[in-house]
Amino acid sequence: MIRVSVQPAPIELGIEVAALEERGAGGVATFTGVVRGDDGVTELMLEHYPGMTEAALVNLAEAAFERWELKGVTIVHRIGAMVPGDRIVFVGTAASHRKEALEACAYLIDRLKTDAPFWKREKLGGESRWVEARGSDADAAGKWDGED
Amino acid sequence: MAICVLYFAWVREAVGTGEETVDPPEAVRTVADLVEWLRGRSAGHDAGLKDVARLRAAIDQNFVPLDAALGNAKEVAIFPPVTGG
Repeated sequence: MIRVSVQPAPIELGIEVAALEERGAGGVATFTGVVRGDDGVTELMLEHYPGMTEAALVNLAEAAFERWELKGVTIVHRIGAMVPGDRIVFVGTAASHRKEALEACAYLIDRLKTDAPFWKREKLGGESRWVEARGSDADAAGKWDGED
Repeated sequence: MAICVLYFAWVREAVGTGEETVDPPEAVRTVADLVEWLRGRSAGHDAGLKDVARLRAAIDQNFVPLDAALGNAKEVAIFPPVTGG
């Protein structure tokens, strides 16, 4: 089961996790990304490429299913305006064993950072700026290459 | 042949629109050629597209390198490196 959602609505952790648990797996691993406010950021705007984004996330989920024995993958990404403390992204995996669930979850969030067309714009007081891509994200995504 | 060009994030802001349809000359064969040709359309296009090293692209919703051939592309998107998650 693959569930992908790109949505302006808040991410409901309880509902997402319960849906993964219903897959009858022995383990569910999840990652939640939360908007940080430690740099003085007061608002975060998420722009995306409608159509391509959803397809890119489905492709990622399918790639995870090919690499690991999984029973479920859920990827939910917020778009639009958020404030510090808001959940921005949720990745959940269900598998019979913890290793598959944990590895697939780490893989998905690493790849999502570089393989899905989202752009962040942050507001600090009266100023706003586009967030620059980080080399460490590309490194984290790249480490999964050629590891089959 | 007409191509729908999409812009995102600061590229969209600099160019001044998120979407336009263009009909480039035959000499425009790659995404990089298209970017160079688009720069001539306005000062905003030039500002948003001049720093090629900061640009990424997709053809028909698949990421491609800038030297990729346009082929029969219907939709080309030009944007900064992605920063989701």
